[in-house]
Amino acid sequence: MFEPKRPQRELKYEELRIYTDEELNNFTEEELKEFKIKHEIPAVEELERGPWPSFVADAKQEALRRRKLADDRIMIDRYVVEDLLGQLELSFKDGETHWKHGGIVGVFGYGGGVIGRYSDVPEKFPGIAHFHTIRVNQPASKFYKTDFLRALCDLWEYRGSGLVNMHGSTGDIILLGTTTEQLEPIFYDMTHELDQDLGGSGSNLRTPSCCIGKARCEWACYDTQEMCYEMTMHYQDELHRPAFPYKFKFKFDGCPNCCVASIARADIAFIGTWRDDIRIDQEAVKAYIAGDIVPRGGAHRGRDWGKFDIQKEVIDLCPSQCMWMEDGKLMIDNKECVRCMHCINVMPQALRPGTDTGVSILVGAKAPILEGAQISQVIVPFMKAEPPYDNVKEVIEKIWEFWMEEGKNRERVGELIQRVGLPKFLEVIGLPPAPQMIKAPRANPYIFWKEEDVPGGFTRDIKEFRARHKR
Amino acid sequence: MALSTGKYGKFDPQNPTKDRITDIGPRHYWEFFPPSIQKNYGKWLYHEILEPGVLVHVSETGDKVYTVRCGSPRLMTVQHVREICDIADKYCDGYVRFTTRNNIEFIVDSLEKVEALKKDLWSRKFVSGSYKFPIGGTGAGVTNIVHTQGYVHCHTPATDASSLVKAVMDELFDYFTGMTLPAKVRVAVACCLNMCGAVHCSDIALLGIHRKPPIVDHEVIDQVCELPLVISSCPLGAISPDKTEEGRRTLKIKVERCMFCGNCYTMCPALPIADKEGDGVAILVGGKLSNAISEPKFSKVVVAYLPNNFPRFPEVVQTVKKIVEVYAADARKHERLGDWAERIGWEKFFEKTGIPFTEHLIDDYRLAYDTFRTSTQFKFTEAAWNVCRAAGGID
Repeated sequence: MFEPKRPQRELKYEELRIYTDEELNNFTEEELKEFKIKHEIPAVEELERGPWPSFVADAKQEALRRRKLADDRIMIDRYVVEDLLGQLELSFKDGETHWKHGGIVGVFGYGGGVIGRYSDVPEKFPGIAHFHTIRVNQPASKFYKTDFLRALCDLWEYRGSGLVNMHGSTGDIILLGTTTEQLEPIFYDMTHELDQDLGGSGSNLRTPSCCIGKARCEWACYDTQEMCYEMTMHYQDELHRPAFPYKFKFKFDGCPNCCVASIARADIAFIGTWRDDIRIDQEAVKAYIAGDIVPRGGAHRGRDWGKFDIQKEVIDLCPSQCMWMEDGKLMIDNKECVRCMHCINVMPQALRPGTDTGVSILVGAKAPILEGAQISQVIVPFMKAEPPYDNVKEVIEKIWEFWMEEGKNRERVGELIQRVGLPKFLEVIGLPPAPQMIKAPRANPYIFWKEEDVPGGFTRDIKEFRARHKR
Repeated sequence: MALSTGKYGKFDPQNPTKDRITDIGPRHYWEFFPPSIQKNYGKWLYHEILEPGVLVHVSETGDKVYTVRCGSPRLMTVQHVREICDIADKYCDGYVRFTTRNNIEFIVDSLEKVEALKKDLWSRKFVSGSYKFPIGGTGAGVTNIVHTQGYVHCHTPATDASSLVKAVMDELFDYFTGMTLPAKVRVAVACCLNMCGAVHCSDIALLGIHRKPPIVDHEVIDQVCELPLVISSCPLGAISPDKTEEGRRTLKIKVERCMFCGNCYTMCPALPIADKEGDGVAILVGGKLSNAISEPKFSKVVVAYLPNNFPRFPEVVQTVKKIVEVYAADARKHERLGDWAERIGWEKFFEKTGIPFTEHLIDDYRLAYDTFRTSTQFKFTEAAWNVCRAAGGID
């Protein structure tokens, strides 16, 4: 357990670094206060005010340092950040973006991980004429050692714009802006020195992501990091070489609270769950009722909501109404429980998920366009999720096989299920239908009976019919 | 072993496959866990939020681990990341974590360290005065806004994202640093209908929208785009083949069928859709993705369009603030924004927030019928009396 698939190179920033401390601290606060970038950007500068961290003020720091680095200490234009701010000002003025559409670039042998980007006003902003994105596959649940982050910073200062997203919507570290020429050197150093691969883009498996799981959460019903890592490693080919009709996302949530939004954003959502009983500490229940433990871990501390009322705040809000108090004890009819997490969320010291745990598998979420937004639907109510996850891989591969065969260009698996129907999808992946998969049975009677469903089949003789019914 | 320097570093462009390493995946997570996390992995008993932005997790080993959570603008520079590393080195033995919603988390093992860390974090400001590391984003408040690239890096946006987020978070700052709401409120921004920010299940979603049909670039369209692919990309069949006066193959757009999704532009750069007057921001509310109490649900459009008033988006910011304030005053403890709106009824949502209800809020896309009221269980509001008057039902 907890073993990487291959030995990990231990990283020491002092051995990897490109810049000296003097170079990293090459400006003073006074200089920064006086600093004017090369473009007039009054509207953009307006965003330096206000309490929330200002990306503009931050960008200016980087612009100033790049001004002061020697020519041979940065491999792309020193004005890259200033030109980016300049173009942003122009976009505010024009009310339209100034990034060109498309541009296919990448590293040798990969079909994803790099997104080409070019300015449509390069004569005004030559520093961002090429400004490609690199997606870096983040470590599970985004913990870092600073040695790694600092080395990545040096690499990106030297060969990129110095601008990043920590992190993109899918989870990757996004390195924003470099030239075509620098893509391979970056990839070379990233793999050889940082022991780190790119993430996904294009019609492939996108970088899988997971919640914080067992690392720091008491509710994780399976090892989200381990499973996310295993699936990422097992499907490296699918991650880097587009062979799918469109993008495909896995997300791993340890419990139904869905902190990585798997249910709304993953083509396959793995949501931790349990099939035995919620664990109850009746003494702690009493302590919550007595006011000795603050409910919901103190999430409502900012306001006086009055005394905790277990009836009103827990029992009455239970969606399946499966809880009640009896002789000062909290009772739960577990077979009626829908595992919504609310009671556990409110009284984490009294209630815990059960111990017979696994995942619910839901399929088909996506954001809009074409068939509109979709939330994932249940296809497997419960599955044990333990290394090496062969049972899970089998389901994944059946879904892929069907989707790759039947899916149209740019059709997500959720849309394909809409098009062919859930019964057909279940048949192909070999699962029996169950009421857990639907909110309610159909209201229309327009059922697609198959010939084999009906005695005698579909072929009938018109003469025989006419013998009973005149024309 | 060191990062390479020089134009190509150790990469040899003449021999690109030499020593090539591929498909190694991400760094393994285990070595990036602080020792306290390694030691207590899977052994957590419960957690508590001691104050906004400060969490304690208690393990069955008896260990307590404290987390201080800070906001971030997501878009940051390596200068900023290095400052995060400085803090992590000083207080957290060189470990740091980011959350799904782009917060930064510093993990320490004692309350004394929490106090020192808090003081340090609040003292760090940009020269213009903004906090670098505001502490908050926990419990019944607003956490960091998940957002997309906007004008900073995207080729299809209908609005900007980083500036909109900055404007909104400046206004919601007290809800980030406090926990005064009935439940958590998740805000998300996506700068076009592609919804890379997946705003479709957020309590408050800000969405860039186009309102003008694409322009056809007849001069190049047959050279740069596969026309059948573009035609089939339109969800509403609004695009069909055409010929220019010179007889070249091109496309035409049935404007009355266009719902301005921009899918055709995604497929074909010769159909630009962005426009200064056309583009703006829609506001959706009431989505959630947690399964707690009520089922996950989509956000619903409550404002069809507000102008892109760069860089501060005053109309959007004021509307968001109003929604949050009315919700904060009216909802019950533990009640998410969407659950509140459904309990009081959407007619009351519009009455209480003062947001005008327009024809654009009535669904006329597919499955619209599912959203129509097919019962007499509704509440009377001024909007109802307006209809009654218009119909001649009352004076």
